Amino acid sequence: MSYIQTLMNGEQALFSARKLTPMQRITLRFVVVGILYYGVAVIEGMIMRIYQIEPITFLGSDHYFAILTAHPLVGIFGSTYLIVFGAFLFVVPFLMKKPLWSIKLANTTFWLITIGTFVFWFSGFLTHYAPLYTLYWPLPADFNQFDPLSGAIFITGIAIVMLGAVFFVINIFKTIAYTPEGWEKQPSGALLADAIGYSGLRNMFRRKSKQKEHLVDIPVAAIARGTVDTALNAGIILFTGVLILVYMVAAIMGYDLKTTAIDALLYKNWFWWGLDLIADGLVLIFVAGTWYLLAMMITGRKIFMQNIARAALLVELIVSWTVWSHHLLSDQSQPGILKIVSGELVTAFELITQGLAFFVTLATLWLARPLKMTNELKFLLGGLLGFGLAVPAGIMQADIGLNRILHNTQWIMGPHVHVAILVGLTMTLYAAIYLLFPLLTNGAKLYSQKLANFHFWAHLIGGIGMGAFMGMAGLQGMLRRTIYYEGEFNLYMILAGICGFMLLLAFLAFLYNIIMSVGVKGVLGIFMPSPNKTKDLLPAETK
Amino acid sequence: MTDSSLVLYGQTIAYTCYAVVIILVIAWFGFAITRKGKGNKVSKTLFYSFVSMLVILGVSLHIVTFNTIPWVSMDLDRKNIQADQVFDISMENHQFILPQEKFVINCGEKVMFNVTSNDLTYGFGLFRQDNSMMFQMQVVPGHVNDILWEFKENGIYTIRSTEYSGPKGHQMIIKDVVHVIGCE
Repeated sequence: MSYIQTLMNGEQALFSARKLTPMQRITLRFVVVGILYYGVAVIEGMIMRIYQIEPITFLGSDHYFAILTAHPLVGIFGSTYLIVFGAFLFVVPFLMKKPLWSIKLANTTFWLITIGTFVFWFSGFLTHYAPLYTLYWPLPADFNQFDPLSGAIFITGIAIVMLGAVFFVINIFKTIAYTPEGWEKQPSGALLADAIGYSGLRNMFRRKSKQKEHLVDIPVAAIARGTVDTALNAGIILFTGVLILVYMVAAIMGYDLKTTAIDALLYKNWFWWGLDLIADGLVLIFVAGTWYLLAMMITGRKIFMQNIARAALLVELIVSWTVWSHHLLSDQSQPGILKIVSGELVTAFELITQGLAFFVTLATLWLARPLKMTNELKFLLGGLLGFGLAVPAGIMQADIGLNRILHNTQWIMGPHVHVAILVGLTMTLYAAIYLLFPLLTNGAKLYSQKLANFHFWAHLIGGIGMGAFMGMAGLQGMLRRTIYYEGEFNLYMILAGICGFMLLLAFLAFLYNIIMSVGVKGVLGIFMPSPNKTKDLLPAETK
Repeated sequence: MTDSSLVLYGQTIAYTCYAVVIILVIAWFGFAITRKGKGNKVSKTLFYSFVSMLVILGVSLHIVTFNTIPWVSMDLDRKNIQADQVFDISMENHQFILPQEKFVINCGEKVMFNVTSNDLTYGFGLFRQDNSMMFQMQVVPGHVNDILWEFKENGIYTIRSTEYSGPKGHQMIIKDVVHVIGCE
């Protein structure tokens, strides 16, 4: 095939969008748009990396902070939520061997998150609404700095995303518990109890002979468990969004509501409680679930020590609900008891729950050796390494003593946040994409293994390197959320910029590889209406 | 009091060593699982030992820092400690409002910085001449934001807001405002 033919029709023209089932089609839509939003986040990140070396003259500081506000939100909601939700809406019915409860609702989720992300990104781009994702009160309602109308559009965009998240939650739990048409009545209560880890906990205290068989696979249990946090998080963000909108609508109508009516510290507590359900709840649990899924599918074996792994998922439920105070260790009015119990001790438990998932995944792989070093396996190992680096960094900063000299420095953003997200989370998601690629495309072939190898090494070295150099700058006192005009930390920022550029190259290599694998026609075909009306996950001929 | 730069130095050494070890472990693991090995077993003892090690590490970190970083116990007990000097500072409209032009602190004095915000959430940090951070805290409107610090080294320090308070607030800096004198 000529280059142009491959570009248009994909590697060996093996992919045909017409043959996709509606479920494959919707899953691929989630993943493709999620990847594109990841590209937006990477480009924004690169602009900020350049800005940290030398402020760009035609880009004012207000635009810089608008990018800083949009960047994590596009990365988490526009990219991660879409990829994760899309994959899980496929994986849960796939592992449970029954159709998704509602494909229509899945489509609604896709459009809500896609449109919501575009709305808040575009609002920030045009109007420079920049309260950051933390929305510390009363900054989002500070109309001396921000226009209330642009803020209202921005917050509405976030609310639309959260609505999409709520629909995802409903679809996941309904899929676990419902009885498909023509099936024998399913034990809904028992399925849900097993899904949230209750059965695993009970089994730990039963003799082996009396242990009950699990009704759902462990990745489904992890997905269900993380979905609980997704629901709570959506509730908190929606509630906060409505509260901010009240102030904005009042300002638009000419009323000046007093911001002191809301206690800034109480607000910070509830908002961080909700935000941490993403950072310390669903991310860690969804990642653990994806590790288990990958380990199971790569090895074809059951997960090592799975009762304990399941029980740990339930323990993590308690941990993620009570861990938020580590974000308030530098708030002097925060009660000391909350700092010690929630901020330090409960947070330290994350070392145990995530460490356990780390060990269980490695042990499952070890038991199946020798394994072939496939793309999914190498990216899985990269993801494990990412969390192996980032979680201890987080535990260190969640210490009253160390937080005094680390809070709001580049240390937080480098070795902890970016290594966790870029190396830990993103490499895990890439592993899942490489694993599910043949299944979702009915056997399409990857265009270039060399590009996949480059993708792996450039992403791994770029991600760890960027985190490390940001961390070094942070230890020297460089703050996050600010601009340095005199090149105070230029050595570290240039090195971090080079590593950031490697991440950009890695992404471009991956994107090019995927486009060449399925072809431009194939990518566009995913967004066409499906001629196939089946509720089956895979076409009959590939089952 | 132990200088915060010394604590950061210790942290840098500890974390760098850990990072090198974990990278090597994963690299070795990646190599080993592609090879046939003797006995594909993972003992439960290894698993429980690993979990026990995590518990010990998680808890001992805080016990160690409580006992070795002097500002931790002082911070938690600051209401019962008599400060040698108290500086009341306000923040409003993205500006610091200082009670005096220069804060002069004698070596060994315990100083309370009492910072209030009249509008937004800010931060309050003290920075050395080389831009490294001495300490910081959040400044939340409507609440008491106080930090007690003992100074044991001569130096001239800069005050800077360490929290984002909108595009107007990213350069809230007053250079060379704190002077510590008298240390040998």
